[in-house]
Amino acid sequence: MYPRSMVDSDCVVIQGSNMAECHPVAFRWPMQAKLKGAKLIHVDPRFTRTSAVADIHAPIRAGSDVAFLGGLVNYVLQSERWKRDAFFREFVVNYTNAATIVGDEFKDTEDLDGVFSGLMRYAPSVKEWPLDGFVGQYDTRTWQYAAAPAGPRATPPAGPPFDPLVRSLLTPPPRRDETLQQPRTVFQIVKRHFSRYTPEMVERVTGCPKETFLKVAETILANSGRDRTTSFAYAVAWTQHTNGPQTIGCCALLQLLLGNIGRPGAGVMALRGHASIQGSTDVPTLYHSIHGYMNHPSALKRHDSLRDWLLTETTPRGYWANTPKFMVSYLKSMYGAAATKENDFGYDWHPRIIGDHSHLPMFVAMNEGRVKGLLCIGQNPATSLNASVERKGLARLEWLVVKDNWLTETATFWQNSPEIKSGQLRSQDIRTEVFFFPAAQVAEYDGSFTNTQRMLQWHFKAANPPGDCRTDLWFTHQLARRLKQMYAHSTLPRDEGFKHLVWEYDSDDPHERERGEPDAHKILKEINGYYTDQPDRHLAGFGDLKDDGSTTCASWIYCGVFPAPDRNLAARKQADPPGAPGAQLDWGWAWPANRRILYNRASADREGRPWSERKKWVWWDGAKWTGYDVPDFAPTKAPLSKAAPDAIGLDALSGTEPFIMKADGVGWLYVPGGLADGPLPAHYEPVESPVPNPLYRQQSSPVLKYWKLDGNALAPLGDQRFPHIMTTYRLTEHYLSGAMSRWSPWLTELQPEFFVEISPELAAEKGIGNTDWIAVSTPRGRIRAKALVTRRMRVFTIDGRTVHHVGMPFHWGYQGLSTGDAANELTALVGDPNVSIHEGKAFMCNVEKA
Amino acid sequence: MAEPMGFFTDTTVCIGCKACEVACKEWNQLPATNGGHGTLSGDSYDNTRQLDGIHWRHVKFIEQFSPDRSQGRWLMMSDVCKHCVRAGCLEVCPTGAIIRTEFDTVVIQSDMCNGCRDCIGACPFGVIGVNPVSGTAQKCTLCYDRMKVGLEPACAKACPTKSINFGTIVDLKKMAQARMGQLQQTGETRAYLYGDDESMLGGLNSFYLLVDKPQVYGLPPDPQLPSRNLKASAVWSVVGAVVVGLMSVFSFRNRGGGDV
Repeated sequence: MYPRSMVDSDCVVIQGSNMAECHPVAFRWPMQAKLKGAKLIHVDPRFTRTSAVADIHAPIRAGSDVAFLGGLVNYVLQSERWKRDAFFREFVVNYTNAATIVGDEFKDTEDLDGVFSGLMRYAPSVKEWPLDGFVGQYDTRTWQYAAAPAGPRATPPAGPPFDPLVRSLLTPPPRRDETLQQPRTVFQIVKRHFSRYTPEMVERVTGCPKETFLKVAETILANSGRDRTTSFAYAVAWTQHTNGPQTIGCCALLQLLLGNIGRPGAGVMALRGHASIQGSTDVPTLYHSIHGYMNHPSALKRHDSLRDWLLTETTPRGYWANTPKFMVSYLKSMYGAAATKENDFGYDWHPRIIGDHSHLPMFVAMNEGRVKGLLCIGQNPATSLNASVERKGLARLEWLVVKDNWLTETATFWQNSPEIKSGQLRSQDIRTEVFFFPAAQVAEYDGSFTNTQRMLQWHFKAANPPGDCRTDLWFTHQLARRLKQMYAHSTLPRDEGFKHLVWEYDSDDPHERERGEPDAHKILKEINGYYTDQPDRHLAGFGDLKDDGSTTCASWIYCGVFPAPDRNLAARKQADPPGAPGAQLDWGWAWPANRRILYNRASADREGRPWSERKKWVWWDGAKWTGYDVPDFAPTKAPLSKAAPDAIGLDALSGTEPFIMKADGVGWLYVPGGLADGPLPAHYEPVESPVPNPLYRQQSSPVLKYWKLDGNALAPLGDQRFPHIMTTYRLTEHYLSGAMSRWSPWLTELQPEFFVEISPELAAEKGIGNTDWIAVSTPRGRIRAKALVTRRMRVFTIDGRTVHHVGMPFHWGYQGLSTGDAANELTALVGDPNVSIHEGKAFMCNVEKA
Repeated sequence: MAEPMGFFTDTTVCIGCKACEVACKEWNQLPATNGGHGTLSGDSYDNTRQLDGIHWRHVKFIEQFSPDRSQGRWLMMSDVCKHCVRAGCLEVCPTGAIIRTEFDTVVIQSDMCNGCRDCIGACPFGVIGVNPVSGTAQKCTLCYDRMKVGLEPACAKACPTKSINFGTIVDLKKMAQARMGQLQQTGETRAYLYGDDESMLGGLNSFYLLVDKPQVYGLPPDPQLPSRNLKASAVWSVVGAVVVGLMSVFSFRNRGGGDV
């Protein structure tokens, strides 16, 4: 969903986010919903700025979100209202995989006391990269749908055209039982899986009083249905756990059961980081994905040739059947004229990954001396996760480039870090050569932001940057030009990619050209795509993409943002008239195809009629799909039309299947593939926890990631040295590691010093007074901070034990106007198995008077 | 004269983000206390503590929690000069530096101010202070320079939740009444308007929707003008003059006739 749609919500649940504090501008939408009468619910360990304006604040222990959400799932499934209301049944039977039957070999956590079938020991795949960190691994074969056995697969011909290859991937569709009675249906499995997540269990695990939980559950259910919608909003307090994706999945499961997906004021709002975090995954800085969420070619998969890659990555049913068109157009954008049908469009020149190259393992690799150099742009690892380990890694580099607005902690780690100050390390012993590049600010160049609602908005240069400050575009452009020059005469096969890399972004403006700045419009054009033979003819949308090399497009999802040389749709700023029900379609441009709500066919019933007048969004007018938004469906496919047998792509889906990116066209309550840690969410304790898992014998995720190295010890269960739960977060007044905000006097006077929030009860127990200096410690480190004693922090009773929370903003470091210890001196290098994010939201600590 | 303009601050939708404080400082180029090197106050999330010559907007944070947390509120309120219709500061200013503008707002003209500080004591809300850069008394101007060119004040522009509303007093009062009605409908019976009618200093051109007693927000329940003391002080002046006169009569009575 997108933030503005929250205005249409009848109930907004904010969990895993302190939205008022961290996304104050987007928070205007829930506030407007509230002014219209919507209920606002905040589920969070702390009473925050968001709780202050919420109708209900439900306190839960940090790290217990799945238990709370699972409780809601169970409450909904057990409720009379849900069982009787025909809306829920119609939505769930038709638009989700509830009726699909799962294979007999699948065993649930209920059967195996906390693990799913298929759990194995983890063995590293390649000896060059033993850093993936898994403690275990699942073989996911038993999680699949039950289907008639596939016939022998014919050897597919090489393409292009690639349609026969895609067709060769077709397998018989899974079996279904639309009565939902068959015990192996997804619906029955889900119901059994969550049956022990009772209100009593929720209180036991999360510490949220049963009455408060029930009030939340009743409010959500009362505000869901044909005529009402509830939305959820989350941010990194859901993701920064060893089971983050499962928490989000659990919310999606709940919202599907409640018919709250694809409709106005419904859905799961992922509040992403500010500025362009969304953009940085669309046109990715991610290691495992290439543009447009295609999997990065990998040495660990059957990716040996373009044909192999396509066979492995293409799904024959649903929109991803077009993967060959996306991939070939991408390769054309990488290698231009050199990419031909004969050489697999240069696929062999493309780099391949050999494991997890995300932030945590890369810094482990640095600690092991496996990494020579680091380009650090817009990041501040010296105060990042388990900061002393990260700084140790930096100290083992040969060279480090920091490009930032200020001399960050990373730029000065060799001079000002705690290790230098304590005498543990001497500057002259650090061999890393550090280069600092002053960066231009955003108002000093043209470019686009992609915000959390997938919307691109163009920003214009207002002034020249001062002195030597240059844009990030400049840096990348100049680096690429120099590397191309370096490799121009290489005869090594591995350098072919660089030799053929298309890089034509020089600015035509004489002033910018002289400064060495590239032209942002040329880059946008490359991302949008064009006809290979007529580069001035831009592509109008991803429907134009071809798999034969005749189209060039870096990122298929952005195709259409720049449909003609004089039409940059990201630069539009035309609002709808006040009070109009529309989706503000002339304001910026949202991928895909300027669509604001994804899967919005679900906003109409089976027959294509709006579920209700109040919740009208997209509908069938007798000849085509129409509505307030760009319909997310084949434009003229009638609502009740059947899927074509043996067809591929959208033709393989029927007129009632809204989830067109899914092979089966429906929303997944049960996830048969794509997740490393299970097809259903289960409550696992954080890696460091004060209690044994009350739900299963399995304490924490059996497949999480942990990197064993000096300085990364964990507190075992029940460790009395570290009895309190620590949770880290941010403040409105500062930004991330403070690299931008702690240099502004207007901001540092608002939050001048590093502090830690504790309850008066804990303060009394430890003899700590308000604003006293205290020491906070974990097995990784010990820091000093001032105590802010407040009743906004509360005491929890978890499974019969008293548990205190300690809250700590993570904005400080040793550079800037306002300095203080970094919260991340305390965090551990542990990761989620799917995305390798760390667990910064729940770990164990101690506090004492300093 | 243009129509009277002002602020209506609805504290029930304030999220305490302090965007108003920063926008105000940025537009009016006000310095930070001690160059931004501060000390944690320990008073909730409030570290600027007051309105003064370099803080023309100030967000207050009031934590109200029962010991068992069954009852809890965290009140937030963005405070500012009230631009009183009968303004104490304007009454006492000896140089005429403080004027009433065509928007019915109260502005201190820095170049006319001699720094006597009379206005600081005269303001019943304590909004004025001396700006150390100029050495003169300063406070919110309701962004007079922005209003002159048809822009809304920086704080109202920056407010993400429409807690700070800017407009004509007539419109703002309508808006406030509508919001009151809505709150009463949803059972928030504690809500009331502070300073919206003439009984308070002729009306505050910056008025508030509050949900607790004024004192809880650091506001006077019954603010008074310095001129309230005029009658009494006039009587005392007369008495004083008489006493001095009589004393001189007695003191000098014998002077003429006495020998030197």
